[in-house]
Amino acid sequence: MNDSPILELRGVSKAFGAVQALYEVDFHVAAGEVMALVGDNGAGKSTLIKCIAGIYSSDSGEILYNGEPVSIHGPKDAAKLGIEVVYQDLALADNLDVVQNMFLGREETTSLRRLDEVDMERRAKETLQTLSVTTIRSVRQTVAGLSGGQRQSVAVAKAVMWNSKVVILDEPTAALGVAQTRQVLDLVRRLGEQGLAVVLVSHNLHDVFEVSDSVTVLRLGQNVAEFKTKETNQTEVVEAITAGKLSKIPGQPAAEVVV
Amino acid sequence: MSSTTEQEPEHGDVLVAQVEEQLRAPAWTRLLTGSSTFIGLILVGLIVVFSILSYTNFVSASNARNVATDAAVLLVVAVGMTFVIVTAGIDLSVGSVLVFAGVVAARAMHAVGGNSWGTIIVGLLVALGCGLGWGVINGFLISKAKVPALIVTLGTFGMALGFALLITGGVDERSVPFKLVDTIGTGRVGNQVPYLVIIAFAVAAVFAVLLHATRFGRYTFAIGSNEEAARRAGIRVDRHLIKVYALMGMLSGLAGFLSLARFSTTTIGGHSTDNLQAIAAVVIGGTSLFGGVGTLLGTIFGVFIPAVLQNGFVIVGVQPFWQQVAVGAVLILAVYLDQLRRRSEYQR
Repeated sequence: MNDSPILELRGVSKAFGAVQALYEVDFHVAAGEVMALVGDNGAGKSTLIKCIAGIYSSDSGEILYNGEPVSIHGPKDAAKLGIEVVYQDLALADNLDVVQNMFLGREETTSLRRLDEVDMERRAKETLQTLSVTTIRSVRQTVAGLSGGQRQSVAVAKAVMWNSKVVILDEPTAALGVAQTRQVLDLVRRLGEQGLAVVLVSHNLHDVFEVSDSVTVLRLGQNVAEFKTKETNQTEVVEAITAGKLSKIPGQPAAEVVV
Repeated sequence: MSSTTEQEPEHGDVLVAQVEEQLRAPAWTRLLTGSSTFIGLILVGLIVVFSILSYTNFVSASNARNVATDAAVLLVVAVGMTFVIVTAGIDLSVGSVLVFAGVVAARAMHAVGGNSWGTIIVGLLVALGCGLGWGVINGFLISKAKVPALIVTLGTFGMALGFALLITGGVDERSVPFKLVDTIGTGRVGNQVPYLVIIAFAVAAVFAVLLHATRFGRYTFAIGSNEEAARRAGIRVDRHLIKVYALMGMLSGLAGFLSLARFSTTTIGGHSTDNLQAIAAVVIGGTSLFGGVGTLLGTIFGVFIPAVLQNGFVIVGVQPFWQQVAVGAVLILAVYLDQLRRRSEYQR
């Protein structure tokens, strides 16, 4: 794992009217690292990833990519940098097959502007293979016929096939059964092993402890703690989620406040 | 769950073989899979039945020509309707837009005068332009103003017909150039195949490629399947919907021009149920009213099933009114099959 962060947020704030959704949040993730982002409902997890994804623009603070300040004003900017988000509701088109979904909006065409189905199918299979997704029997079956875990795998594969460097997963196991959760967690771990920076947003601490390298805790729009997963335990993280000390002092590293 | 995760190696090999089969001819498999195959068999079955009942009258070049000519104008409209319904939309205005385009084109050709190809081309362009205009209005109101497609096109259904009546004072325009009627309207290639039929099938072929083998077609399916997913994938949904309705309008305009050529008059009162006929044809052809599913091949079958029924009933001496009953039943059956398919897909 490379320790210098590929994506770093410094002092990012975002308010919706009177509601301060994020206040001076610092956040970072390195290539090959699985960073879990945890917090109670309303802690600001979704707002934070939407700021990274370019759906919201932050009020203040800066985003650094490979150490360079960048401005992300829309999903296309994020995608250009190599940041992809897999949303909770997946955003797959049910009637389209696996290949069509993975290439949706970025189809390959032949010289006559016809869709290059053969090449797209080959690349989709390759991507699924590198992610060791073996449960999908045919890449030409419609997504409607897939299980929840398979759909999640397709959504992740779709995100990583564009040479992405940072993949953000929003509650990827929220609606899944035990076996499917296992599939998806294995997949998350493989993403990290392949050198991607992974941000895992989750409510489920069991999942977090199983696959993450580090944990960032948000509480009421502030980051109250950051842990190395190996050096902490669930009790400590739960404490931070529910009662982590809020620092209203701008610029003070949150980790020092708690540890 | 376990049944989907575990797979025997032999089973896997069979699937690999199937996938490779698809690799060889992906466009064809996509055209031929799904409910269009089934509906094609129904059409073949009807033809066989009528052939057995009245071989000498039903199986002849002139009868095939009749059926195909009757279906040609509707096919052009139904091709556009396939795109609209695949986006989970609907267009009720097609018959009125057809009449409006025909009326304005007839007026334009009359104003230009003469009997040359130049006049005819002016008429064609005017018809296409009129259709395009109404289509853009429909598309804009549906995608930008967010008025439901059913309401927008019901509104323009009345408006387009109203304007056509205002322009003509309710009297059909008959000043259509002879050359247009003699060639496109009633002429045949090699004295066998009517121009109308060739034009309709050429349109269907071009739009089949557009729907099934280009980005435009893929986005049409994606929007009908999950509009939000399409938007997040970077597809400009609003703009695409305007294009789809504009295309529909343009094809209605073309149909108006073809109708003008065929009947050498504007037939103002004759298109009030075109919309329902086109929708029925598309749905019979296996396109789902819920969007995201459909084939153009199916639509061709869906256009010809009512046409063959009508023709066959007349020939075997059944009262032709039965055609309406039969088409109604086939329509309900087609939607029922679509529901069954959806249910089986979502069960897993």
